[in-house]
Amino acid sequence: MQSFALDAAHMLAGGMVLVSFMLLYQTRMSALLDVFALHAVVLSLSVAWQAVVQDAPHLWVTALIALILKAIVIPVALRRMVVRLGVHKEIETVVGIGPTMLLGMGLVALSLVVMLHAAAEADPIAREDLALALSVVLLGMLMMVSRHNAVSQIVGFMSLENGLILAATGARGMPLVVEISVAFSVLIAFIVIGVFLFRIRERFDSVDTQAIDDYRGNRE
Amino acid sequence: MNELAALLPFEPTHALLAIPAIAAAILVAVPGYRLGAAINMFASLLSFLAALLLFVRRPEAAADGYLFVDDLNIVFVVLGTFVGFTTSVFSSDYIGHEIEVGRLTPLHLRFYHGMYQALSFAMNLGLLADNIGLMWVAVELATLTTVLMVGIYRTHDALEAAWKYFILGSVGIALALFGTILVYMAAKPVVGEGHDAMVWTLLVQRAHEFNPRLLDVAFVFLMLGYGTKVGLAPLHAWLPDAHAEGPTPISAVLSGLLLNVALYALLRFKMLMAANPAAVAPGPLMVALGLLSLIFAALMLWPRRDIKRLFAYSSIEHMGIIAFAFGMGGPIANFAGLLHMTMHSLTKSAIFFAVGRVAQVAGTQRLADLKGLTESHPALGWALLAGVAAIAGLPPFGIFTSEFLLVTSTFARQPLLAIPFVLGLLLAFGALLAKLSAVAFGKPVRRYPKHPVSLVPLWLHLALVLAAGLWLPDPLVAWFRNVARMLG
Repeated sequence: MQSFALDAAHMLAGGMVLVSFMLLYQTRMSALLDVFALHAVVLSLSVAWQAVVQDAPHLWVTALIALILKAIVIPVALRRMVVRLGVHKEIETVVGIGPTMLLGMGLVALSLVVMLHAAAEADPIAREDLALALSVVLLGMLMMVSRHNAVSQIVGFMSLENGLILAATGARGMPLVVEISVAFSVLIAFIVIGVFLFRIRERFDSVDTQAIDDYRGNRE
Repeated sequence: MNELAALLPFEPTHALLAIPAIAAAILVAVPGYRLGAAINMFASLLSFLAALLLFVRRPEAAADGYLFVDDLNIVFVVLGTFVGFTTSVFSSDYIGHEIEVGRLTPLHLRFYHGMYQALSFAMNLGLLADNIGLMWVAVELATLTTVLMVGIYRTHDALEAAWKYFILGSVGIALALFGTILVYMAAKPVVGEGHDAMVWTLLVQRAHEFNPRLLDVAFVFLMLGYGTKVGLAPLHAWLPDAHAEGPTPISAVLSGLLLNVALYALLRFKMLMAANPAAVAPGPLMVALGLLSLIFAALMLWPRRDIKRLFAYSSIEHMGIIAFAFGMGGPIANFAGLLHMTMHSLTKSAIFFAVGRVAQVAGTQRLADLKGLTESHPALGWALLAGVAAIAGLPPFGIFTSEFLLVTSTFARQPLLAIPFVLGLLLAFGALLAKLSAVAFGKPVRRYPKHPVSLVPLWLHLALVLAAGLWLPDPLVAWFRNVARMLG
């Protein structure tokens, strides 16, 4: 049972790294949001598994937040925003897909080397979780710097944050995990609202809500 | 006095959190902006008084593992609540003008005042927190409130500045959280699972038993994460925009307080690292980033065209000096670092009080359009000039004392580091004087409308900085010496 628990945890955490890579090569906005929803689903599975293994019922709350908010509410909201603002086209990248993937592999190798070495004495489930979580964090950062578009930067930030939740839940018995995941959700809500205002500004050169109303009025 | 303090029906630490929290709730509901400004000032004054009470009464050591007070954070709290109070006085004056010219509406100001108190709540919480997770949450809250205030003018540039601040601040905060998790992982086998492994006072006692490799990695993340919030180069990109585009009272609070809170978090973790002899020494990393910030900011001061951006870069420069001082360590450098931090907070906020006024009377922040202020507005012009002289490190102001201490102690210990350090100081000095002599002297470009201004908070700050440069009271010296010893 112990080794199965370990393997399953590693598989889920490894799955997150894989999905992070998938985020890197998406070129269409809608596909990007789909993959992000998948990222959140894998995170919530992983957290739920930690809740079972560690016998820590409060982690179920975190898993539930991840599932409802990040896999459903935020992707849906972002999609609506993207459609309404008419930016659901291609994603312009700063660096090409190929070099980005190579960089990403380098980052994963780096985080494995650093964490497996640094946390050599920690218990194996936490050690590998941390290494994989760091990979997810670094890939999220890579995504943020390699995209210009605000919505894909947000997706990058949210995947980065998923990596942090993975790390926090992997650290057995860490207090405040639920509180921190709530704090992060607030942060994300702010980002989404921020983008909304920001994109509106780009489009109408104003964040006057009147402009939004006018726009709606013209369309409907 | 102590007997009297023991009779207090409340803990000053709780008051420091409750006052701004309650005030924020009230301010959001109060419709009139004049009343709001008055309540804001009153609440800030109460917070400052509560902070002074910490000198006579501290909570029982590690009573619950959430809040604690020691000689180090008392300095930050008292300084922070003092600048918070004087800035609220300046702000009440400032916003009156913004309402007149229609840049802000009363509704904006309800929001603004609420956020102001929410920010002081977050900063007090961050400074008093014993739990490193709680400290992280507080810094995040402080970031969010300032992001909202930076974007309050809702112009193109303001939103862009807020967005940049938000994204970079969030990445910083995320890295800091990863570092915090790693510290927990390092502490867990020694202190035990759960809440105790995040309580700083417990961690620092047992830090010598932690896994040093894990601590090393943790510190790199914490340094990058909180370092972003301190504004150290090359992680500073958010800082000039946020300072330039937000309301000036917020620029004063950002420079005078928020940077200090992030620095405080960094110092706490530095103490943790220093308690473990096998871990890598945190000093050199701080020295390197500090020196880089100093030189980079000193060079970037020269091409500046916007007066608020100019002083934002000057803040990066001074945070670099402070990080350098604490990175050097030892009783003298730490003492100089503490003194410099205090002086910088007071001087920089005073400068922003003046700059805010200048920008309002002149209607512009462009350096090229600001000329001959000492002629057109003698009181304001000379005040600004005095502030700039102080921040540039001219005697007899307090910043001269701290920089002098730092330079001499660095020459004695690491002459090779002292050379680039002095070079950076001179570069920055030249840039500030060159830019500001044009603003202060020369012929006014055009007649500005006369505007009655209250400069009381400004002169109060400058008087304190001058007094510190002339004569430091013995109890203060003893206090700072003690803290410098604590910092190692």
